[in-house]
Amino acid sequence: MPYLGGEETVKELRRALSNPHVQGDPLRHRSTVLRVIRVMSQGVDVAGLFSEMVKACATTDVVQKKLVYVFLCSYASLNPELSLLVINTLRKDCQDPNPMVRSLALRNMTNLRLPSLVEYVQQPLTAGLRDRAACVRRVAVLGWAKLHSLQPHADIDAAVVNELYSMLRDNDPVVMVNCLRALEEILKEEGGVAVNKAIAHHLLNRLKECDVWGQCEVLGVLQRYRPHSEEELFDILSLLDPYLLSPSVPVMAATLGLFLSLCCRGLPAVSLAALRRAQAPLLAACGSASPEMKFTALCHVQLLLRSLPGLMGEHYKRFFCGYAEPAYIKQRKMQVLVELVNDDNVGFVLDELKGYCTDVSPDTAQAAISAIGRIGRSYSDQCLEILTGLLGLKQEHITSVVVQTMRDLVWVCPQCSESVCEALEGCEDTLQDSQGRQALLWLLGVHGDRVSSAPYVLEAFVEQVRSEMAAGVKTELLTATMRVFLCRPAETQDTLGRLLHYCIEEEADMNVRDQALLYYRLLHCGIEETRSVLQGRRSDPSLGVLIGRPAEPVSQWARSFNTLEPLRQCNAGAESAPQAAPYHLALDPEPSLDLCDPLNPSQDRQETGEMAALHRGVAWDQHRAHEHQDGPAADVPGPSSSSRPVKVYHLLVPVADQ
Amino acid sequence: MISQIFILSSKGDHLIYKDFRGEVGKDAVTVFYEKVTALTGDQPPVVMSHKELHFVHIRQGGLYWVVTTTADSSPFTLVEFLNRLTTLIKDYCGSLSEKSVRMNFALIYELLDEVVDNGYIQTTSTDILKNFIQTEAVTSKPFSLFDLSNVGLFGAETQQSKVAPSAAAARPIMSSRGDQGGKSEIFVDVVERMSVVIGSNGVLMKVDVEGQIRVKCYMPSCLEMRIGLNEEFSIGKSQLRGYGAAVRVDECSFHQAVKLDEFDQHRILKVCPSQGEHVVMQYLLSDELPSAPPFRLFPTIERDNGGRLLMYLKLRCDLPPKRADREPCVSVCSRSPSLSQELSSPDQKAELRAETRAVHWDIPRFPGGAQLSALFKLEVPGLSSASMMEVGPVGLSFELPKYTCTGLQIRFLRLTPVQAGSSQRWVRYVTHSDSYTIRI
Repeated sequence: MPYLGGEETVKELRRALSNPHVQGDPLRHRSTVLRVIRVMSQGVDVAGLFSEMVKACATTDVVQKKLVYVFLCSYASLNPELSLLVINTLRKDCQDPNPMVRSLALRNMTNLRLPSLVEYVQQPLTAGLRDRAACVRRVAVLGWAKLHSLQPHADIDAAVVNELYSMLRDNDPVVMVNCLRALEEILKEEGGVAVNKAIAHHLLNRLKECDVWGQCEVLGVLQRYRPHSEEELFDILSLLDPYLLSPSVPVMAATLGLFLSLCCRGLPAVSLAALRRAQAPLLAACGSASPEMKFTALCHVQLLLRSLPGLMGEHYKRFFCGYAEPAYIKQRKMQVLVELVNDDNVGFVLDELKGYCTDVSPDTAQAAISAIGRIGRSYSDQCLEILTGLLGLKQEHITSVVVQTMRDLVWVCPQCSESVCEALEGCEDTLQDSQGRQALLWLLGVHGDRVSSAPYVLEAFVEQVRSEMAAGVKTELLTATMRVFLCRPAETQDTLGRLLHYCIEEEADMNVRDQALLYYRLLHCGIEETRSVLQGRRSDPSLGVLIGRPAEPVSQWARSFNTLEPLRQCNAGAESAPQAAPYHLALDPEPSLDLCDPLNPSQDRQETGEMAALHRGVAWDQHRAHEHQDGPAADVPGPSSSSRPVKVYHLLVPVADQ
Repeated sequence: MISQIFILSSKGDHLIYKDFRGEVGKDAVTVFYEKVTALTGDQPPVVMSHKELHFVHIRQGGLYWVVTTTADSSPFTLVEFLNRLTTLIKDYCGSLSEKSVRMNFALIYELLDEVVDNGYIQTTSTDILKNFIQTEAVTSKPFSLFDLSNVGLFGAETQQSKVAPSAAAARPIMSSRGDQGGKSEIFVDVVERMSVVIGSNGVLMKVDVEGQIRVKCYMPSCLEMRIGLNEEFSIGKSQLRGYGAAVRVDECSFHQAVKLDEFDQHRILKVCPSQGEHVVMQYLLSDELPSAPPFRLFPTIERDNGGRLLMYLKLRCDLPPKRADREPCVSVCSRSPSLSQELSSPDQKAELRAETRAVHWDIPRFPGGAQLSALFKLEVPGLSSASMMEVGPVGLSFELPKYTCTGLQIRFLRLTPVQAGSSQRWVRYVTHSDSYTIRI
């Protein structure tokens, strides 16, 4: 961040720092140094004051020392030569009788991050490892790790490593944990600290002395340990059991992680039991006062539910959304609620979700409606009733999401199509956005025979096609009109004719135009061919009625438990999840091949090549006849034969919404 | 493993920046701010990634508290650490705000230096830290008449001097050796958060009460404190104690340092409080309340023939008569552009807020047992029967001082060994509405 007047300030500070009167008065000296740090954290470049600050380092005032070190650590890498001057002061401080001063000097000596200083640092660090005061040993142990990261390719000093291993038996628990951390870093290439039976048992025995952060660290390292016998394994598990119920969430999570890594391969039943046991503390974390902690816990609850669907079924009320919760938490809670639905609570859950559908935030409302749609796969009647009721609100964003949800629902639950078709009547007036209209068109196309007003709705769409901006809506309109034409030709013929004419003659978007031409050609081939191409499946062939998600084995996700992974996945998942239904399945290679079995796959290439040629010919002709602006139409090469089949599949199934 | 820690103001000013491992450049701060401001409302902001770098952040006191890490660390640990860091800084600086962080940056750098080394969390215990922290906190204290009124004539005890001002616990734990040094106080807060859903028929659909006993200690020397809870306090459904109405919770957990040897018999918690704020006990009660919920609403919604929506709300406070609620606020969602109102008393006010599309009804004082009513007339364009569905739910936010819905009380607070004179012990009870929703 640029800071105006930075140079002036630096000059003035330099004058003040070198003023002998200021240097003589400890209080004034300290406050000047304080000002330097303040200006530094505001973003001014104060590197020019380095030599003055080095002098200010030689003081008995500990607060001033600390401030100067903050400065030196930020700028040392810019002034390696001048930094040599500090080393003497620091080394002298390492001999100070006050352990606090010793640890401070030692820590900052290693924090300067200057490879040139390594030779001066080693001796005080070695001495620090044997210091009487625990605080100095803590710093010295980590100092070796810092030193190693400064010169990663240097040989590892075996003596130091041995010393660190032996210091795992240090009286101070923080020193012990720091030894683990340092060894992990120094021995990274060998796979970290070697956890043998003796070390593992030692760590387990001292676990209760550590504070929560230390416990998490130790539990993390222990994940690498493999017990030699089943008996030993169960001894360890029963020792760890109380930590599974720890009031501190990080410890609980680390313990559960260790449980999973110890048993998920050999003993799936034990790991499931551990999950059940950890459910109470995890639930408590879901109700934590901090929204961030809540979110983290919710994401992990979702992981748990993958292996134990319906685990927290009786606690579903804990996932009801609070009035003032942020939208991202509400959405996550709804996703969990969908997983927890069972015969007993479905009424309550739906009632609660219904309340969110009219939420002020459109995102929350949308998520709630999609959640109802997901539940509708198992409890379709109740859900359709709610969804139909929502259409009555005539709210633009609600109607749009409801129609999309209904489309997704019909794809997996063909038995609801009857009531969906009834509900659709009249909602075309409220729909404004392209997503919603695409969904409506798809429904009209596929179920045109059951919606009595379908041809007339389409006609209204066709009349306004000139002002239509979204290409997606136009392609969907083409497909829908074709489909309705097949089942109700008398009512639709005129509309279809006008639409094809418009799309071929006037449309500027090449995709739409190509598609119209394709349909035109298809109609030339005869009505039976058209029917066999266009009338694909009305529902997902691979799905029966969904009763519940099959339980995944724990080992599928155990690795990502207690990492950032589940939280990040949610980022990506949130966008695709609500509209997941037909398209993802349809675009999978297998179902799509399945869908186009009328087209002989072996002839695909040849046929499409031919079609492309025809295309080009027609485009070219028209281009000449009407003297359109030249260029694009004429120059468009025939779509390459490799990309063509995909496009055909797009035509057969609703076009994926982007 | 923590790579950097930084604190940003809501406007993106750098307040504190500390790099622990030198793995990433300082531009991470800018990257973070760009990312966090580009988020839309529904995107989960807790973890964000930029190339190999992960940002984990929380928002507290209007500030962004950010940790960056390159390794795949435990999110629970990082979030918990950030939360702990904010309470630590609050303990040391007295309060948590942009101003206090700006004023105490030297102290915060010193704290960070001791708390984290080379990216590893060393300690967050005030007992250990107090030996290392040398900088004194800078506080800005506005002059307040209330402080003066606390002193009675000739030092006599006034009514107020038996009540600590609410800001009493908002001071740094390391009181400067000068002015207020000798005051060794201990504050025990019983804080409960209610989240309630009441159905349109008045039936309780969901109740969760999450409670905490928080101890904030300003005593320099560590001594043992015994906190006595109600003797009839019971945990779980099966266990019942005593003869009277039991104080029951479903789940209960304690801080590591709490000794429970007298808990089973006498319901006494033994703690050696360290300086600063700690949650000694957490408990949870779900599905039922020992007494009636504090507020009931009786809504009537009608259409009048002028095409307006009439919303008649009757709100009853079911607390014992002496209890009063501090400034409850009722908000009703609706989508109407204009509003006219009739309220039962002139000091209340109601307004329609466009950004939340809700009517807010503020009530300055609401004594127990009282009943208030309001009539809102809403102009809704294109009123239909479906518009009625859009009204609601009603959300109440309130704070009930001197009240716990579980009935948990602190019988006594004893410090052993008994301190000479100067130590003061304060107990507060408060119930917040986390989310109090009434469906219409």
